[in-house]
Amino acid sequence: MNSPLDLADAHPGPAFTVTLDGRAIEALPGQTVAAALWTAGVTSWRTTRGAGRPRGIFCGIGVCYDCLVTVNNRPNQRACLVPAHPGDAIRTQEGTGHDD
Amino acid sequence: MTDDRPHLAVIGAGPAGLAATVAAAAHGVRVTLIDSAARAGGQFYRQPAIELNAGRPQALHHQWRAWERLRDALARHVEAGCVTHLTDHHVWLVERQLERQAGGADRNAFTVHALLGPEQQDPVEVRADAVLLATGGYEKVLPFPGWTVPGVLTAGGAQAMLKGTLAVPGRTAVVAGTGPLLLPVATGLAAAGVEVAALVESADPKAFARRSRALAAQPGKVAEGARYAAQLLRHRVKLLTRHTVVQAHGDDRLEAVTVAALDTDGRVRPGTARRIACDTLAVGHGIVPHTDLAETLGCRLDGTDVQVDDEQRTDVPGVWAAGETTGIGGAALSLAEGHIAGRSAAARLNGTEPDPRIWAPAAKSRTKLREFFAALDTVYAPPARWTDLVTDDTVVCRCEEVTGGAIREAVDGLGAGDVRTVKLLTRAGMGWCQGRMCGPAVAGLAGCELTPSRRPFARPVPLGVLARAGEAEADRSAAAPPDALPD
Repeated sequence: MNSPLDLADAHPGPAFTVTLDGRAIEALPGQTVAAALWTAGVTSWRTTRGAGRPRGIFCGIGVCYDCLVTVNNRPNQRACLVPAHPGDAIRTQEGTGHDD
Repeated sequence: MTDDRPHLAVIGAGPAGLAATVAAAAHGVRVTLIDSAARAGGQFYRQPAIELNAGRPQALHHQWRAWERLRDALARHVEAGCVTHLTDHHVWLVERQLERQAGGADRNAFTVHALLGPEQQDPVEVRADAVLLATGGYEKVLPFPGWTVPGVLTAGGAQAMLKGTLAVPGRTAVVAGTGPLLLPVATGLAAAGVEVAALVESADPKAFARRSRALAAQPGKVAEGARYAAQLLRHRVKLLTRHTVVQAHGDDRLEAVTVAALDTDGRVRPGTARRIACDTLAVGHGIVPHTDLAETLGCRLDGTDVQVDDEQRTDVPGVWAAGETTGIGGAALSLAEGHIAGRSAAARLNGTEPDPRIWAPAAKSRTKLREFFAALDTVYAPPARWTDLVTDDTVVCRCEEVTGGAIREAVDGLGAGDVRTVKLLTRAGMGWCQGRMCGPAVAGLAGCELTPSRRPFARPVPLGVLARAGEAEADRSAAAPPDALPD
């Protein structure tokens, strides 16, 4: 099966490790937090303030704010915009992200 | 180093902004190109992150030759010191001031306020003699039950993630909604190894083929359509026209969608519903222009489009606009409009009246492409009865979690007849995205036209940044001689 990396003949540097809620996942240099999470098979990383429903990527270009996530203790980061860095501690954001 | 060339700020580095930058820089203007992305290209020519080291990014793109020309021209002008390209700058406001000159005449002066980097905490101000707005657009999605389930995303979002990060959302996708964007999204995902179970288009594109005049004027577009049709066939993508997604199923993750056929009035045909298993739904119902910066500057809008004259000037002196902010029409139209805007701005900033003959070829393609997209617009429309699908417990405002029932109560029970009143009564449109996602849906449910929202700022701004904005301006005024003070 073709992968997007094959299709674009991409040869990024070596993968590095970030954590999602303490679990180690691999990310590639140049990936956003959202891309790293997708690649790890994760599609939601926030629960809403009202009904506590899961959310992930929706608009993918920074307009909708649905993909908010806590990165290194900073809540409300847009996963579709923020690049992943080695050692990032990514946490599922509950509600406003300020409750814990 | 002093530089007495006039200074143009171009906002947005997509096709329109790039064409404008290159045209203006080639004709005696210093340009600062300000863009939110890390690399130029905008949405259409969105480039993979440099660290991904993609040897063949063109595999994700169309009209790559035009991109190469723009990219290389931009690099030459940056090298020559005619263009400064500011990446990762998120513009939240453009201010216009009138500066009194020594001779007594007033002169336009603009301050572009931006936030730096993906965190968007630190402010930057850019001063310019004129601004050119090439802010593009974003995707419209009309709600239906289940559209908030993770795995449902905008068609353009799926494409942006693919082009920019070489990532795909799942293994099996349905691409749905209406409009010409769905074709490249479906073929792009398929080429990247995603199984595209169906392309569900609510319009009947055959109706477009019957509009021979608009098509005859655009043989290139006919060939483009044929190429997509061949690719769909090659990837075995089932094309369902005059169909719509009526529900997305799943709890924490999308599991399937139900699609159904539409009758000629846009109603779901009873007995036609069928379930398609998928973990991804890429859905879109057209594009909406980004007009916040133009609105705050006081530019006149025509519906949701920034109004421009033949030179791409807005009605505010010193402000040009080009590309999808002036109306949705695709990359080729954006290139033509950007070129015209850049030439016009360069001439006028250098104190000369531009001769329209210098951009005659671009003006000709602008006319044809506007006709083409006007014809396209009459075919690609969401199902006329899409509001029937919005059940009372369907979330309509994704940020504030306001349901269809709450909005109907505001409209039918409390008499709200416009988006603003619905917002005041229900909080729909009051969240993080400021109504960009739910605006078209709320307007539809309230039975009114979608009108611009008049947001004072184009994005959320930290209070500290807001408090300090303009301090540099105050310092300049204080240091200026008394006769240069504003009234």
